[in-house]
Amino acid sequence: MYKTNDLILRTTTSLIAFILLGFAVYLLLAGHNSPGGGFVGGLMTSAAILLMYIAYGVEAVKKVLPVNFMMLIPIGLAIALGTGIGSFIFGVPFLSQTFDYYTFPLFGKIELATAMLFDLGVYFTVIGVMMTIILTIAKDQ
Amino acid sequence: MTDVLSITENILDIAVLVCFAGIAISLLLLLYQVIVGPTQPDRAVALDAIGINIMAMAGLMAVYLVTSRLNDVVLLVGILAFLGTLSIAKYLEKGVIIDRDMD
Repeated sequence: MYKTNDLILRTTTSLIAFILLGFAVYLLLAGHNSPGGGFVGGLMTSAAILLMYIAYGVEAVKKVLPVNFMMLIPIGLAIALGTGIGSFIFGVPFLSQTFDYYTFPLFGKIELATAMLFDLGVYFTVIGVMMTIILTIAKDQ
Repeated sequence: MTDVLSITENILDIAVLVCFAGIAISLLLLLYQVIVGPTQPDRAVALDAIGINIMAMAGLMAVYLVTSRLNDVVLLVGILAFLGTLSIAKYLEKGVIIDRDMD
C-alpha cells in the first residue's frame, strides 16, 4: 500500500469549507419563505464538517472542533420545543407563529419571523443527528 | 415587435424541451453505465456525471418555469454531488473514507 498524496484535497478543503458554512447560514436565514430552512442548512453544515473530516482525519478535527455532536440533539429539540411553549406566554395556541418588520441602521427594513427560531432548533438537531450517524459508521473497527 | 417576442419565446420553449429530452437520454445512458460499468472507477465517474446532469435539469426547470427559486437547488446538488464523488474516490484510492489518525 503506497502512501496517498492528498495535497489538493487539503488545500481546497480549507477554502471550500468556509464557502459551505456561509451557504448553510444563508439557507438557514432564507428558510421560512423561500427554498431552504433548518433541515437543509444543517445538512450543509454537516457536509462542511464531513469534508474537514475526510481531508484531515478524526484526530485533527477533534482538536479543532471540540464539540460533542450527540449533545446538539437535545439542545436543538429543546429550542424547538421552547418556541412552541413560548406561544403560551402570549395566550395563543401551541406552535403559533408571527412575523413583523423592523428597521435596522445598517441593513434597512427586514422581516423577522418566529419561525426562524424553530428552524434554529431543527438546524442543531439535524447537525447532531447527521454527525452522530456518520461518525458512528466511521468508527466501526 | 410583439411578433418577434412571441417567436423568440416559442424558440426558447422548444429549445428547453429538446434539452430536457437530451438530458433524460443522457441520464438513462449513465444509469446503464452505473449498473453495468465494468470497473468501480467507471461507476464513480458515471455517478459524478449524473450529479452534473441533475444540476442541468434543475437549471433548465428554472428557465422553463421562469423562476429564480431553483438557483439554490443547483448549488446544493452540486455540493452534494462533489462530496459523494470525493468520498467514492477516496474509498477507491485508500479503502477508508474518514481515517482515524493520519500516518
